[in-house]
Amino acid sequence: MIIATLLTMIAVITVVIVRERNLFAVVVLFGIYSFLMATVLVALDAVDVAMTEASVGAGISTILFLSALHLSKGIEMKPLHRPFLPLIVALATGAALAYGTLDLPAFSDPRAAIHQHVAKRYVDEAARETGVPNIVTAVLASYRGYDTLGEVTVVFTAGIGVIALLRRMRPRKRGEGS
Amino acid sequence: MKGYLVLRVVAKLMIAFMVVFALYVQFHGDFGPGGGFQAGVITAAAIVFYAIIFGLPAARAVVPDWLVEAMVAAGVLLYAGVGFAGLVLGGNYLDYFVLAADPVEGQHRGIFWIELGVLITVAGVMLKIFYMFASRDEERSR
Repeated sequence: MIIATLLTMIAVITVVIVRERNLFAVVVLFGIYSFLMATVLVALDAVDVAMTEASVGAGISTILFLSALHLSKGIEMKPLHRPFLPLIVALATGAALAYGTLDLPAFSDPRAAIHQHVAKRYVDEAARETGVPNIVTAVLASYRGYDTLGEVTVVFTAGIGVIALLRRMRPRKRGEGS
Repeated sequence: MKGYLVLRVVAKLMIAFMVVFALYVQFHGDFGPGGGFQAGVITAAAIVFYAIIFGLPAARAVVPDWLVEAMVAAGVLLYAGVGFAGLVLGGNYLDYFVLAADPVEGQHRGIFWIELGVLITVAGVMLKIFYMFASRDEERSR
């Protein structure tokens, strides 16, 4: 019930975001969207993910959107043509994804396939083997240490990518300015 | 926004708590929700908050550019270094069991250091991106 209400609010906000032309309002709505999504994740007992969504989705990305908005105009331009083809593609993809969810096992069904593989061992042994009560941390940092190293490398790569892109602007600008 | 008294006072009050909360999320991540990634983002958010209220130069005086850039790489190096420490001590790459005499103690040690690496890189990258965006505006208006 709570989740259905939240998801309905998210759907309404998405429609408003698509229709809104004032970009400042869109950025604020994105923040609200992220907070609602974080609440949904809390309701689904995924507290770690909810925390990430709230801090990254609502916090840092709102700041980055605002600083990008500061560099551009605040109003979105009217599209030059009616984007019917993208709309059809998006609707078809969404319908296919929704059709795919019909086969998923019920939420938190203990007999679901995903709970039969290694998850059971993590739940049973993680606290004893690693001494870490939070299984999410144990899996992320210890059992899946390679994955997390990869993730940190992705963050690092994204960081130096942005540095490389935005740095290149500087010398040319200085030359033009003087 | 230095001229707004209320914002200035509230910011000074809040930033200390934000940093403490980031440290809590970091070091309590073994027991509650959270970990290096979330703590890194919250740390960066505290400094971004400071930059918004007191201006970018003030934030750059607290956390200078060279430090942020060093953080971007240092976290990954620290993480990878923990892996090599496992190799040197006779285990596999990223094997924490060999980091201390007691295997569970070794796990704690390994998780502590890699989470610290995650925090350093994530905070560095977030701050760097914010600095780059914010300083472009300065250059434009110059």
